[in-house]
Amino acid sequence: MPFMLVKFNLQKRVKLAQGLWMLYWLSVIMGILLFGLGIFFKVELRKRSEVMDNNESHLVPNLLVLVGLLACGLNAFGGKVCHDSLDPSKFIKWKSMLKAYLLLSCGFNALLLAVSLLCFIMQFSVYLILAEGLRNGIRFYKDTDTPGRCFMKRTLDMTQIEFRCCGNNNFRDWFEVQWISNRYLDMSNDVVKDRLLSNVEGKYLMDSVPFSCCNPASPRPCIQHHLTNNSAHYDYDHRSEQLNIWTQGCREALFSYYSGIMSSIGIFILLIIILESVDMAGLKYLITSLETMTDPEVQDCESEGFLLEKGVKETFADLLTKIKTLGRSNQVEGGDTPEANT
Amino acid sequence: MAVGKVTFTKTEREKLAQLLWLLNWISVLTGTLLFGLGLFLLMEIQKWQEVMSGRGVLYVPHMLIATGMAACCINFLGAQICLDCADTNRFLRWKLVVMPYVAVTLFFTACVLVGALTCYSVRGQLDEALLVGLRNAMTYYKDTDTPGRCDLKRTMDLLQIQFQCCGNTDYRDWFQVQWISSRYLDMSSSAVLDRLRSNVERKYLMDGVPFSCCSTLSSPPCIQTRLASAHLNQNHQSLWRTGCRQVLLDHYTGLMRSIGLIVILIWMFELLVLTGVRYLQTAMENVLRLGDPDSESDGWILENSLAETAWSNFNIIKNLGKCYQVDDDPNINIQTTTGQEVPLQHVQVSGSR
Repeated sequence: MPFMLVKFNLQKRVKLAQGLWMLYWLSVIMGILLFGLGIFFKVELRKRSEVMDNNESHLVPNLLVLVGLLACGLNAFGGKVCHDSLDPSKFIKWKSMLKAYLLLSCGFNALLLAVSLLCFIMQFSVYLILAEGLRNGIRFYKDTDTPGRCFMKRTLDMTQIEFRCCGNNNFRDWFEVQWISNRYLDMSNDVVKDRLLSNVEGKYLMDSVPFSCCNPASPRPCIQHHLTNNSAHYDYDHRSEQLNIWTQGCREALFSYYSGIMSSIGIFILLIIILESVDMAGLKYLITSLETMTDPEVQDCESEGFLLEKGVKETFADLLTKIKTLGRSNQVEGGDTPEANT
Repeated sequence: MAVGKVTFTKTEREKLAQLLWLLNWISVLTGTLLFGLGLFLLMEIQKWQEVMSGRGVLYVPHMLIATGMAACCINFLGAQICLDCADTNRFLRWKLVVMPYVAVTLFFTACVLVGALTCYSVRGQLDEALLVGLRNAMTYYKDTDTPGRCDLKRTMDLLQIQFQCCGNTDYRDWFQVQWISSRYLDMSSSAVLDRLRSNVERKYLMDGVPFSCCSTLSSPPCIQTRLASAHLNQNHQSLWRTGCRQVLLDHYTGLMRSIGLIVILIWMFELLVLTGVRYLQTAMENVLRLGDPDSESDGWILENSLAETAWSNFNIIKNLGKCYQVDDDPNINIQTTTGQEVPLQHVQVSGSR
């Protein structure tokens, strides 16, 4: 008993072929979009690679690019097959390849599912590399004369301004590092010397933040220095002051941005999987309806299309027996050779 | 002697009509492009409207928007006309409309050219608007509690951060305004009171700049205060060096120049379409005059030479004016109609039955 049998006449077959052709070209466009999204994600990771740990993996965007290209190719082939399906002379040359093509589409869907899962799982690794990278970024903020780190200050300032964040977890991270280089400290000043001596490691620490932490929406001109000292500023309470500097940490801000991108791409891939499945089902119907035509030359006849030749359970049972016989044929050969030797 | 006379066969007329139909549809698209450009320019100007005084600059995007919409309508009508022009029967429907349509399109094409030229001529007005607008924005920077001005600080800060500029002409403009509000000044401190007293207008002026003037590209940490004292070299390095007026002026002038160039290209395309429609109109009218739909006919831009057409148009305008004037030339005998009868005359009928 064929699974999900549908009767087709000429009209229905023509409509199916045309509809399927359009669906395949829609899938090609989605493949191009996926390719574009992969490139966009790669560029975004590259842009901020300085605030990420060194060994950031570009696995997900590379996979997206690859899968996008594969989708384009496979779906373009499917579209071509549909276009030729109504002309028996053209359809003959594709007939032999179609079973393999359907299996390939199945495998491609499984690959898409794996990539979609990766998009969701890799967010954890992005979180970790951001934490490590920002910690290093804040430490190397002052090293504008060290090769390899000279742009860290610029990158971190622009990140803090663009993402409206300050520090790693919050602004207090800046209190724990020396972010003003010794070159710009007046070593003859007593205050400076005192502060350097009072620190175990000889670091110049202070309760100040860089200017990029300032919030432009604050009604008051920005207070960057002596943040925890209420008496240093008129009418200032550091516990209740919310608008002066950004309160969010950059790790949270950057992570929500990247996880937003990755989640959207994951959901988009799931939509593509659904579209591909519909394509495959349609193609199976088209192929079977063309095969079951009583006379291939006479177009105007009834035919049947189905998804599976036998029912679902029977198809699975067949598949299992095929796999078992494959395995058993290997075993039988192993059993034969000792007999042959004796 | 006709200007630009070309002879058309029937197939050539049909081909011309089809080509013009296509070109008119492309013109509808360019009209939408013009509309879109006007809308884009309007949004860009409105983004920083707060630092521009006066709304005079807005006439440029408004003109582009109006011209774009008019282009869509006119070219849509043109496409309908050209579609019907291939067939002489259907052309009769449009016969009365075509001449006014060509005149209106000519006028409209001139408007497009004027629109393009305004894009290039707006620099002076923009400079003036920015000078006054930025000066006001800096003066009201501290008034974050005054309704209507509470957003100026944020706008000014975002402007300086995004366009990488400081002040009006340069960073020293901040030394001349009080940009810290009095509510954040400790009036009991003698230092503050000294500074207030030393200024004629009791303004708290200082040689410091807001944080948004800090340059992200500089190596040393930002020095915003005590800028007038020693270490002059360092001061220059950690702040943005250009003034916001110059940066904004360059930004908008560049934008308008590109838009102006695109509008000039659209104008040339419209002129081409108009010429084609004129040829088609004259060719179809000549076909109707000749009476035979399948014959060849001539198309031209002007029926007589340029001088003759100008002279005849001038005469028409003169005569238009003349019918409202009383002619008091003594050589002409003006007869009054009252009190005179026309004598009856028996008209001899020649030949009898």
